[in-house]
Order: sequence, then structure tokens, then C-alpha cells
Amino acid sequence: MIPAAFDYHHPSDIDEVLALLDEHGWEAKILAGGQSLIPAMRFRLAEPGTVVDVNGLAELERFEESDGFLHIGPMVRHATIAGSELVRDRYPLLSDAAEVIADPLVRNRGTVGGSLVHADPAGDWGSVMLAYRAELTVRRAGGERTLPIDELFLTTFVTSLEPNELVTGIRIPAASDGEGGAYEKLERKVGDFATVGVATQITLADDGKVSAAGIGLTAVGATSLRAAAAEGELLGSGAEAAAIEAAAVKAAEASSPTADTRGSEEYKRDMVRVLTGRALRRSVDRARAAS
Amino acid sequence: MATTMSVSVTVNGAEYTADVEPRMLLVHFLRDELGLTGTHIGCDTTHCGACTILLNGTPIKSCTMFAVQADAQALTTVEGLMSNGELNPIQEAFKEEHGLQCGYCTPGMMLTGVALLESSPEPSEAEIRMAISGNLCRCTGYQNIVHAIQSAARAMAGNDTSVDGGAGGGNGASEGGGE
Amino acid sequence: MSTSQELGGLGCSVKRKEDARFIRGQGRYVDDVKLPNMVYMELVRSPFAHARIGSIDNSGALEIPGVLAVITGEDLAEANLSWMPTMSHDQQMVLATGKVLFQGQEIAAVVGETRFAAADGAAAVRIDYEELPVLVDPHKALDASAPIIREDREEKTNHIFHWESGDRESTDRIFEEADVTIEQDMICQRCHPAPIECCACVADWDATNEKMTIWMTSQAPHVHRTVFALVAGLPEHKIRIISPDVGGGFGNKVPVYPGYVCSAVASLTLGRPVKWTEDRTGNLSSTGFARDYHMRAELAATKEGKIRGLRVKTLADHGAFNAAAQPSKFPAGLYNICTGSYDLENAFVEVDGVYTNKAPGGIAYRCSFRVTEASYLIERAVDLLADEIGMDAVELRRKNFIQPDQFPYETSLGWSYDSGDYEAALDKALEMVGYDDLLREQEEQRARGEIMGIGISSFTEIVGAGPGKTFDILGLEMFDSCEVRIHPTGKVLARIGVQTQGQGHETTFAQILAEELGIPVDDITVEHGDTDTAPYGLGTYASRSTPVAGAATAIAARKIREKARKIAAHVMEVAEEDVEWKEYEFRVKGAPDRSISMGDIAFAAYTNTPEGVEAGLEAVNYYDPPNLTFPFGTYICVVDIDRGTGEWKVRRFVAVDDCGTVINPMIVEGQIHGGLTEGFAISAMQLIDFDENGSMIGSNFMEYLIPTAVETPTWETDRTVTPSPHHPIGAKGVGESACVGSPAAFVNAVVDALSPYGVRHIDMPITSDKVWKVLRDAGVTE
Repeated sequence: MIPAAFDYHHPSDIDEVLALLDEHGWEAKILAGGQSLIPAMRFRLAEPGTVVDVNGLAELERFEESDGFLHIGPMVRHATIAGSELVRDRYPLLSDAAEVIADPLVRNRGTVGGSLVHADPAGDWGSVMLAYRAELTVRRAGGERTLPIDELFLTTFVTSLEPNELVTGIRIPAASDGEGGAYEKLERKVGDFATVGVATQITLADDGKVSAAGIGLTAVGATSLRAAAAEGELLGSGAEAAAIEAAAVKAAEASSPTADTRGSEEYKRDMVRVLTGRALRRSVDRARAAS
Repeated sequence: MATTMSVSVTVNGAEYTADVEPRMLLVHFLRDELGLTGTHIGCDTTHCGACTILLNGTPIKSCTMFAVQADAQALTTVEGLMSNGELNPIQEAFKEEHGLQCGYCTPGMMLTGVALLESSPEPSEAEIRMAISGNLCRCTGYQNIVHAIQSAARAMAGNDTSVDGGAGGGNGASEGGGE
Repeated sequence: MSTSQELGGLGCSVKRKEDARFIRGQGRYVDDVKLPNMVYMELVRSPFAHARIGSIDNSGALEIPGVLAVITGEDLAEANLSWMPTMSHDQQMVLATGKVLFQGQEIAAVVGETRFAAADGAAAVRIDYEELPVLVDPHKALDASAPIIREDREEKTNHIFHWESGDRESTDRIFEEADVTIEQDMICQRCHPAPIECCACVADWDATNEKMTIWMTSQAPHVHRTVFALVAGLPEHKIRIISPDVGGGFGNKVPVYPGYVCSAVASLTLGRPVKWTEDRTGNLSSTGFARDYHMRAELAATKEGKIRGLRVKTLADHGAFNAAAQPSKFPAGLYNICTGSYDLENAFVEVDGVYTNKAPGGIAYRCSFRVTEASYLIERAVDLLADEIGMDAVELRRKNFIQPDQFPYETSLGWSYDSGDYEAALDKALEMVGYDDLLREQEEQRARGEIMGIGISSFTEIVGAGPGKTFDILGLEMFDSCEVRIHPTGKVLARIGVQTQGQGHETTFAQILAEELGIPVDDITVEHGDTDTAPYGLGTYASRSTPVAGAATAIAARKIREKARKIAAHVMEVAEEDVEWKEYEFRVKGAPDRSISMGDIAFAAYTNTPEGVEAGLEAVNYYDPPNLTFPFGTYICVVDIDRGTGEWKVRRFVAVDDCGTVINPMIVEGQIHGGLTEGFAISAMQLIDFDENGSMIGSNFMEYLIPTAVETPTWETDRTVTPSPHHPIGAKGVGESACVGSPAAFVNAVVDALSPYGVRHIDMPITSDKVWKVLRDAGVTE
């Protein structure tokens, strides 16, 4: 399993990265954590002529809470999130997800941004970021734009990013009182992709009613999915059992899984229901504790 | 033929410089170029962890990184576990607790264990099991590997190295069956 | 005077000698071998399961700098090497000619100066295919419409063999008369041993001395040498196979694979050492799979629960070539051990083997030739019968066990069990797990709507093949060997015909010698795996090392003692008959203070030999066992089921094994842990599956699942000891018991948990979606 030959670049700043992307277009591939790309290259499923290694660029590793956001640089490793006390205290959905991605060694290398732009519907960050309503900062030579997470995924392994664009930042709203989230992942074993994953994030207002809700689904469609109707079921409710069950049913309806070795369509659809219920119950508990 | 690039790495405290193709996997660099064959290869999909090494102290799978990416980095392989001719406590513990059989996953397991004990000197069993879950073993069923890491933790803390209920049929099984 | 503990003899948990190198990263596996001038080989594999090969265009590959050669089946045909014999009276293509028969089949070998050149060359070989209809389902193999897979065979059929054992008529009669019968279709699914080290070899042709040295991942180096001699026509003394440290075998490294043969041909052709290292995809998609037995089990019994008869009909999918690695006269291995631990009147078993467009096999995945299939079948069937007649599964087993006073016990299918005490193992396991409390707890949990199950397996193994007149591999009788040499200073070098893949032979065989010779285990070196130095042996698989080579080791040591006695008498100046071997020394009868150690005798053997006695102190033994050995045990598994997701988790697993005399308790326990973990993997997650085009679904560790430390249960082990009456030290072999005996325990536990919902059987692997379906259909999901 030897990759095809390629030219390797290790730029020392982002402008240099963008210039290389401009120059090489589709021929270039950004190397982040490499935990999906390198195996794909070993199988020669990916044969980029140019590899642009963005490891070591400090700007891409930004990881801090400021100006009302939690900023997660695209090169922040899964393990960094899993090991962060700030995240454990204030962003339990992130923490939940980071602890179940792949395996501990892969988490030491794999990155949030790399995983997101890989756009594997079975990747865990997509649904988590949907639940958080994350925004991406996307740069190209001479320009920058903000991309809502809902506009990132086009289909399996395909994003709306242009070949000359680089994600330079990911941000989610800073945690506030009354927020809680959780990630539920059903996997066959550690290191497996999700059979089904569900990310939920809710905000309880002072009156105990749900004032915001985000629900993202993993591995049950061509992309990570937002369960918008399920979110609607929760909004304005008291997050009581009936509302959660109704949301769980709506989430299952929003999914369009395909049968594979992990299970049948109907199994996966029902797992969306079961896991949504579990994630929401944990989210509510956490939100109440954070009120 | 693809061009080569120069890579300079510190491995187990020694400096190495070599010209390699960018596509050379770090594990092949260690094995083929540096002759450090204690790091093994068991899959193509970054699942098995036989190739685990420490990259600046953090365990990673060296089959899922290119050698050129290790430029200017410090690596530790199993060959670097001994110091001043003394075995690392984890090496002693793997032998004492029968934490290995065919030995193929062992270097990676030990390095993951060393990194765990560095960050968490008194890990629970669940923590150990999670920490080594990126390293696959087909021989041991992991139980004695867990015992070995627990034992190493105690040794590093300066305590006794024996494990209750560990290897050696310690649960009342007949030890003298041959006589 | 020494004790066994001081010597490191039998029963001592001696720390392993081999670990010194492994913990330092100094194990030497095949891929670690690097020779001057060495080049690399890569295989080109078929993307199709069944296709006619049009043209093979090498030109692009040969233009790549560093590519030295492309070898095809046509090239091999010129040397009459395009086919090789399997271990099951079949032949297998080395490189495909004419057509390919399974996805992943080897078509060409590309040799390059570097790994890169070889890989690039392999990627550049262009092959035209004409796709053919594909046969995936073994149940359709004999349909008139099925494509004939093997055009090379005279008989134009996909039927390979019919094999049967037992008395069909009288068994049928029992079923006609029986009060109760049960019948169940069950599958031992196709799976793969998947050791973490894939297969590899380095072939080095020395043109000057006309000698071929092959480092190779081999569980049976001597057999492989003989196969190479027969296939390649090289004189056997000019072939040296070295199987160095091997990173796990589990049956995977018993057969000869095309990669080995191609490497040797490439080295002969190029005059340079050639290394081939298989990748995981190649390992899972082309090397020996295991199982793929589609079984119908029937039991006949009285209404009181006395089992009377067993009837088994089986379809065996062998893939494209019958490459089962097993004794020649046993096309279905030792499958007719399937009467298990039970005393019944009669049984009849039949197996039909068929070809399909899948990888060839099947080998025994930590199993002594289809014994896992057999054990699973009977232990599942007994539970089904218990369910049918409403009897506790423990009581039913107890009622039908062969009793201790019935040994040696002749089974209705022709085996002679050497020894056993099944109830003792069962009772110990029940006590350890607290069975009565568990039953109460289950009742309470069920009342609360919680789902838990208890599964029992009281298995009997059959290992240690075997008596040479019955058991052979390619005609080679399945003896095994040991050669022992004691140096003048009393230190020992022993070489054995078996080969370790992690079982710890360098330690346990030294312990046997320590016990037999009274020489400390630290003074004994055990070597193996090099055919130039080790005595001929049939290799390590089927848990045969201790039963066969272990016996050879003890006997060789006893031969040495015979000669040593003469020397002892000479040195102590007494008559030979006045010398006895006692407490690890030779002593003068009636004069307990007069003794001589083996070390002193060794010195005398080189410095002070009696008249008429040759100098030196060494012996060799080729041991032909009089019978197999029959380890047994009882496993009890307790599972909890998540009613939302269908996931099942092992709460407890108790394993009581009886492998006879225990040489090293630490190593035995380690073997049990490993075997249980592989049994768990098979039960819970492992399946080699194909789509309707014969494409393998996931030929890598993303889809072929190996449990991690997180899923793997904690094992509680103990043992009983019933020595084998015919083995020199009473040992029976243990490497596979746990993998053979445990699948039924897991499955029985899950089925027991779900039995309130009318479930009688679920096929392995028991994935959470299968369990969920039961819960959904019963309307009890979360």
C-alpha cells in the first residue's frame, strides 16, 4: 500500500498555502491530520499531484473563547478538544464527540477542520457543528468569506469550498447559561465510524422553555443532516418527555439512511429516534445544571 | 521518478538526516532507512496501531504520517524505551504480567502505555482500556496488557509491581498440575 | 536436591524467555529481514470475482524506472509452476491463467528496486477482463444454472466432496422413534484469523551454492520446504525455510500462498533477494479464510431429556480452490467430534463441499480442523433441546455427560476420548459464576423489563493430530520431534519440529526439559523454525505442539536419561541397576546421600565415558501419538442487552478449562484469554461477506472488525486437571480450547436473554441490529 508520487509543500504561512492552492487547483490536496487522506492515498483512491501540508501553522491552531465565540482552528486535534477542561465544562457536546471519534491515537493526529471538509457523512464533527450552528472562515488568495455550516456539505465527500479555498477558522457561539448539549454515537467498536450519531444542543430560557435547539445527524444521509423539524418540535416546549419523544420521531423522519454492514435502513432510522431521545435527555439535564 | 527531500529527525535522542521521497511513510522510514524494525505494520487503514510511536511525546500511528512531516520533530520508538541500559518499567511489566505473546503489537502497546502513564500516573482500568483501544492485539485478550500497565504505574510510583489476580493463574487455579 | 519450582519445571509460571527480545523491539519478523541487494515484489490482484483474462499488458509497468520484472501466470506455466498443490487434494493457481476465480486473486507479480517501483509497476499493469457470471451463494453451487468455476477439473461440477460419518440408518431410526426432536439451521460464518502481522517472505537464491533460503511467515516450515521441493523441483537439501518470529498465526500461516512461490521464482530469475510483504487487503481477501459451514443440526431425545441421536447435514463453502489446511484423509476435518461431551446412542454427520467465486480455504481459525463448527453446533443444539422440553440447560447437560468411569469412551462417530470429567468443570464454573443467584436475578430483572441472559457451553475439544497412520499432511505423517543436546558443562540446546507464533515454546519446552532432566530452565535454550537445524516436524496449529512435540521432548529427555544412567553408574562406581532417577538426580538406591546431577553426568559424558558408551549426551525423538487428546471445559457467559440499541454486553464470563497437566499456568491462562477474545470476536462482529458480484465487503480492518480493549470482556478463568493417560507428561494442549468452546456460550447467552420473545436461534455474528429486530418485533424496544 504505497501512495502514488506527489510533490510536497510545507508552507510557513497561510498566504503561501493559498498561493499554492491557486496554482495547483484540483491537483492540490491539503494535508491536515492525514488520518483519512493518507489511507486514501495508500489505496490510491486519492492521487493528488501536490500535497500542501498545513501542520504547524499557528493561526490554524487557534483554540480560545473570545468575542462571544469559541474559536476552533481547523488544525485543532480531536484529542485537544477531548482533553480540554474548558470544553468539558462549557461545551459538553464537543467533549462527548471528541471522545468517541476513531480511536485515541487517531484523535492525537486528526483535526476538526480536516474531518469537516472531508465531508464524510459518517464523520462526527459535521452533525456536531450543525447542532451548534457553527460558522467557518474561508480564505482564498485575496479574499475571505464566512460560510454557515449549513452551506458546507453538498454531498458525500463534496463541499461547497472552491479548490483554491482554505478553511482558516471555525467558530461556535460561546456557551451561555441554560445551554446543554450531548452526542450519542452508536458504533460497533472503538475505531469504527458511527452506525448512527446524533448531536443535540439546546438552550433553556429562564422560564424553562426551549429557546434554541440544534440537532445534527451522523451517518444517515449523503451528508451530515440537520433535523430541522425535530428542532421545531422542541422550540417553545418545556423539554418534557412528550416533546423529546416527538422530536426524536421527527429526527428519525429526517434521516435517510442506507443499509450496510452496520444495519438495515429501518434499524438506523430507529436508532436516530432512540439516540435523539437519549441525547436530548442528557442535553436537558446539562442545560438545567447550567441554568 | 519523484524527487527526494531531505528530512532531519531526532529519533530516540539521536539525529538522523536522509533524503526520501515525500510519499515515504514514516513507518517505512524508521524501518527501512533507519533500521529501527521494532515499529511494525499491520494494516493499511490506520486501525491496528502496530506502528505506534511517540511524536514529541504523543502516541501516533506512524503509517499515517509521511516521513517528511517528521522533519525537525522528536520521535521515540520502542528502541528508545531503555535508558542507561535499564529497561523502562513498562517493559519489565509487560514481561512480568505476560502482557505479550507474539510480540508484534507489543512495541506500540508499550509506547501508548508510556504516554498514558506520563499524563495519567494512576489510571483506572477503564482509562487504560480506552487508552490502548487504538492498538489491536489478537493474542492476549488485553487483560494482561491492562495488568502490565497497572503494574508499571505502581513501579513508576515506587510501589510494589505485583498485580493481584494477574498473570500466573492467581485466582486459585491449580499451579502444580504437573505433579 | 532441586525442586520443580527451583528448576522452573512443570507447573511453574516461568516468565517467558522470548520476551527479552520482544520488549526491546528486537523480535525479528520476516519483514525485518533486509539483505544486501534486496528488491521488492508486489502482486497484481483481480478486481473481479469471475472473469476471463484477455490480455495482460506489462509494457507500462516495465517502463517505470526501477521495475525489474513482471511475472505472469504464462511465465510460470513455462516452468510448470502456474499451479501448486493445496493440502486438500486440490490444486490452486499461483498466478491466474485463463480466468480469475475470486476477487483479490493473484494475477501478476511485479519486482522493483524499491517498494515504490514495485507498487507503481503493479498499478501500471493493464489487464483486459471479460466478466463471467458469478457464484456467490453456496446453496446455488449445484444448481444446473450455476457457472462451473473450475474448468481445470475433469468433473464439470462445483461439487468438491461428500463426506459422512456414522450410521445413517440407525440414526434415522432413533429420530423416527424419538419422543422429542429439534432441528435448527445455523451458520458458522466465513471469517478470517487476521493475525496482526500479515504474510511475508524474503526469498534468496544463492546461485553459487544453488541454495534457496526463504524467510517466511510459516506455521509449518518443514512442510513448506517439502512443498517447495515438490512444486519447484529444487532438491530439498538445497532449500532452507526460516520462520523467524511470527506475529500471530491462528491458522492463517499454515498454507503455502502464491506470494511465497512468486518471490522464490523472482529470486531465481533475478539472482537477487526478493521481499514480498502482504498488505492487509491482500491478507483478508486472498489468504485462508475459516469456517463457512452451513449446518443443519437435529437432536433426538426422550421427553425426560436423555439425548439419543444427533443428525447433521452441512454445506461447506470452500471458495475457488479447496485449500483447507487439514489432514489428508479428513475433508471435513475433525467435524465428527460434534457429539461433544455427551453420551448418545448414535449419530450421523454428512458434509458436502462446494466451490464458489470466493477466496480459497478454509483453514482452522484457532481451531483444530472444524472443531469450532462442531462444538458450536452441539452446544447450541443442546440449548435448543433444553428450550424445547423446558429443562434447565445445566440439568440437561448434566444428564447427558459422558461419566468419568466411561473413559476411555468410544463415540458413535469413532473417536476414543482419552479422559474427562465434565461435571467437575461444570460445577466449578457454576460455583464461580454463582449460577443459582444469577437465575434468581434474571427472574427479577425480567419482571422489571430488563433483558439479561446466561449462556453455557460444556465443550469437548480434539487436538494433537495425530497418529501418523491416520493423520497426514500431503502424505507426511503427523508426528513431531525434538532433538536435545547437553553440552559438557550441563547446558542444553534443544530444537523442536514445531514453530511458535506467540505460544511461548522457547519457555514451555524448556520447562518440560527442566522437569525431565533436572537442569534449570535458564540453562536450556530451545530453538525452532529453521529447517536447516530443527528436526523435521509438521508445525504448530491444531493445538498440536504440546500434545505431539511436547511428548517428543519428554521422550527425548528420557532417552538421554537412559544413557545418563549408565554414565552415572560408571562415575559413582555402582551397578546400573542400583541407580535410580529420583528428585531430579541419579541416586544410589538405599544410599540417599550418594547422587549425581545431570550436569555432572554431562561433563562425564565428554570426559569420562564408560567403556562401550559413545561420548556425548544427546537424543532425538520423533513422536507418533497413540491417540489425540481431548481437552474440555465449561464456559458461562452473562450478557445484558440494551433494549434501545440492541447492543449486548458481556457482564461476566467464567471459563473453567481442563487441558490436563499444566506446564506453565501463566502461559495457559494467556492462551485462554486470547482464545476467548477471538471467540468473542467471531460471535459478536466478524464476518467476511460478499455482495452479489462476489466483491468482498470491506477487505480491511474498517469492515473486518477486531475487538479492542474496550469491547473485550474481562475473563475469569480457572481449571480442573485431568491428565491425558497416554501423553508422557499428561498434557493435552490448550491454545484453541477457548476459541472453540466460547462462541456457543456467547450465542446461548444472547438467545437466552431473548428467549421470552420467542427467539430460538440467532446466527453469528450477533450484531446489534439483529437483536434490535427481535425487540422491535416483540414491541419492547425503548
